[in-house]
Amino acid sequence: MIDPTPGPATVPAIEASRLTCGYDGTVVLKDVSFAVRPGEIFFVIGGSGCGKSTLLRNLIGIETPMTGVVKYFDRVFAENDAAARRALLQTFGVLYQSGALWSSLTLRQNVALPLEEYTRLTPGEIQELVALKLSQVGLSGFEDYYPSEISGGMKKRAGLARALALDPAILFLDEPSAGLDPITSRRLDELILEIRGMFGTTIVVVSHELASIFSIADRVIMLERAAQGIIAEGKPRELAADSRDPRVIEFLHRGDLPAPGVAGGAASGQ
Amino acid sequence: MAVLSETLPARVAAEMAGDVLEVSLGGVWQAAEVRPSWGEVLGTRRPARVRFRVDEVEKWDSSLLLFLFAAQQWCQANGAHADVGALPEKIRLLLTQLAASHETCVPFDRTENFLITVGLATRDLVSKGTAMSSFVGECVLSAARVVKNPRKFRWRDCIVEMQQCGAMALPIVSLISFLVGVTLAYTGALVLRQYGGDIYVADLIGLAMVREMGAMMTGVVLAGRTGAAFAAQLGNMKANEEIDALETLGIPAVTFLVLPRLLALGVMMPLLALYANALGILGGMAVARGVLSISPTAFWVEMLTIVSLGDVAAGVIKAVTFGLIVGVAGCLRGLQADRSAAGVGRAATSAVVTAILFIIVADAIFAVLFNIVGL
Repeated sequence: MIDPTPGPATVPAIEASRLTCGYDGTVVLKDVSFAVRPGEIFFVIGGSGCGKSTLLRNLIGIETPMTGVVKYFDRVFAENDAAARRALLQTFGVLYQSGALWSSLTLRQNVALPLEEYTRLTPGEIQELVALKLSQVGLSGFEDYYPSEISGGMKKRAGLARALALDPAILFLDEPSAGLDPITSRRLDELILEIRGMFGTTIVVVSHELASIFSIADRVIMLERAAQGIIAEGKPRELAADSRDPRVIEFLHRGDLPAPGVAGGAASGQ
Repeated sequence: MAVLSETLPARVAAEMAGDVLEVSLGGVWQAAEVRPSWGEVLGTRRPARVRFRVDEVEKWDSSLLLFLFAAQQWCQANGAHADVGALPEKIRLLLTQLAASHETCVPFDRTENFLITVGLATRDLVSKGTAMSSFVGECVLSAARVVKNPRKFRWRDCIVEMQQCGAMALPIVSLISFLVGVTLAYTGALVLRQYGGDIYVADLIGLAMVREMGAMMTGVVLAGRTGAAFAAQLGNMKANEEIDALETLGIPAVTFLVLPRLLALGVMMPLLALYANALGILGGMAVARGVLSISPTAFWVEMLTIVSLGDVAAGVIKAVTFGLIVGVAGCLRGLQADRSAAGVGRAATSAVVTAILFIIVADAIFAVLFNIVGL
C-alpha cells in the first residue's frame, strides 16, 4: 500500500539488463533486457518450458542470475549485505503457483507472520490488518481455517493476502489463475486490477491464460524456448493485431482457432 | 495547544478549536518504523468532534490506516463524531473495509472438551484396528489370488525390492549384529567370570543371537530402513494420485504394490537374520578370544552343546514374521497417508513405530508359544 510516489517517474520499477539465467550450467534465458514501469501490470507469457518461472525466480531473488543485473527502483540485491537484501525483499509480495501457504498455520497466522517479522505493529494492530487483508481477497470468516481445509482458489487468494501483508511496492504473481475455474479466475483478475487501482502496486504476472492476458495486462513480454529470450514485447491487443511472428500469432490466437472436429466454426475468443 | 512528534518520521499535530480536535497527519507513515499512537496524541482531551487531515503525508502504508482506525474506534466508544470528510477517497474506502473486517472477524473456537477428546480417540483406535485387520485380510486374499494365477505377480518389482531390503541392508545389519554380539559377550563375561564359568559365554551368545537377537535386531533395522521407505514411497504415490490411477484401472493397490514388497521382506528377512546370527556369534567370539582368552574352537564346540537346529528354526520363524510385520506396517501406513508432504512424513514415522511395537509384541507371544510347544 505504499503510496504511488516512488521517486521520479523515469525510474522503472524493475529494470533487467542483459540477464542470463538458468540452472546447473544450462542456460534457459540469454541476454534478456526489459523494464517494468511503476504501477504497471506486466505479464511474462510464453509456452511451457520457455523460462517464465526461471525468470520469476531470478526476479524475486531466489536464484541469482548467471550474468546481468536487475534493479528495483534503482536498487539491487547487494551480494554481501544481508540487511539490504532483507529491506529489498520486504518491498516484494510473491504469490506462488500453489499458494505456498504454511500448512501448519491458520490463514490468520499465515498472513500475520510477515507482519510480525518485519513491522513494529502491536499484536492487536496485526490482527486488524490480517482481517482487512483477508477481507480484501474475499476470505472473511476463514481466518482460523488451515490451508488443508480450503479449496484451491481460496488458497490462491489467501496466498495473495499474505503477499499483500507488507504493502508491497512490487507484486509478483506466478500463474495466479492456473487450475482455477473461469469465474474464480476472473474474480482474481478483478482483484489484481483493484489492488493496482488502490495502491498503485507494480504487478508482474507470469501466466499463459489468454483471458487474463487480454483483460488485465498493460504490457507483455513473450519468451520462447528456442530463442532463449524475448520474442515479442508490447500491449497484448496490439501484438495480437500487428505481430507478424508466427510464434506470437499462434500463441495469442489460440482462442480463434476452430475447435478440433468443428468444421469452419471460429470461436470468438476475445 | 499542539502535539508535535518532531523526532519521528510520522508526524501528528492535534489542536483543539472549541470542542473540535483538528488532527493533521504528516511525514512518512510506515509499519516498520515507530509511530505516534492515538492515545498519546489525544492525551487528556475529550473533544466532541475530531477532524482528520492527511494533506502533509508524503508516503504511507497500512500503519496510517491503523492510526485513523484507532481514532475512529475511540470516537465511537466516547460518543464523539469522527469527521473523515477531508480524507482522500482511497483512505476512506480502506477505513470502511477495515471497519467491516473488524466486525466480521470472529475467532474460531477449536478447543474440545475432555469427553469429546476421549470419544474421538476411542473411535480412532477402533477404526485403526479395523483398518489394520481388513488390510491384512486383503493381503491374504490377494496372495491367494496370486497363488492361483502367479503370472499376474510383479516379479520384477519383487526382485528389485529384495535387492533393496536384502543385499543393500547387509552393511548395516553386519555392523549392528556384530556389535550386539560384542556387547552381549562383555555383559555375559561380567557375570560368568565371578563363577569361573567364562566358557559359558559361548552358550549365552549362541542362544541369545540365534533365538532372539538375530531376528529382533534385523527386524528393528529393517523397520527403520525398509518399513519407513515403503511408507514414504506409497504415501508419495498416494499424494500424486498414482494409487487412484491404479484403482480406476481396476488394479488393486495391494496386489500391485503391497504383495511384491511383502514377499521380498518375507524372503529376505530370514536370510538376513541368519547372517546376523553368524555376525553376532563372530563378535562374541572376538571378545571371548581377546578378553577371556577362549579359543574360537573351544567357543564353537561349547556353543554347539546348547544351540540346536530347533533354536535356529525358532529364530527363522520369528524372522519371517517380523519381516511380514515390517512390510504390512510400512505399506498400510503408506496407503493411509494424508495426501500431502507432511502426511508422507507422518506415515514414515508411524510405520516405524507400528512395526517396532508389533515386533516386540510378536516376540513376547512367540516366547510363550515356543514354551508350550517345547521348541
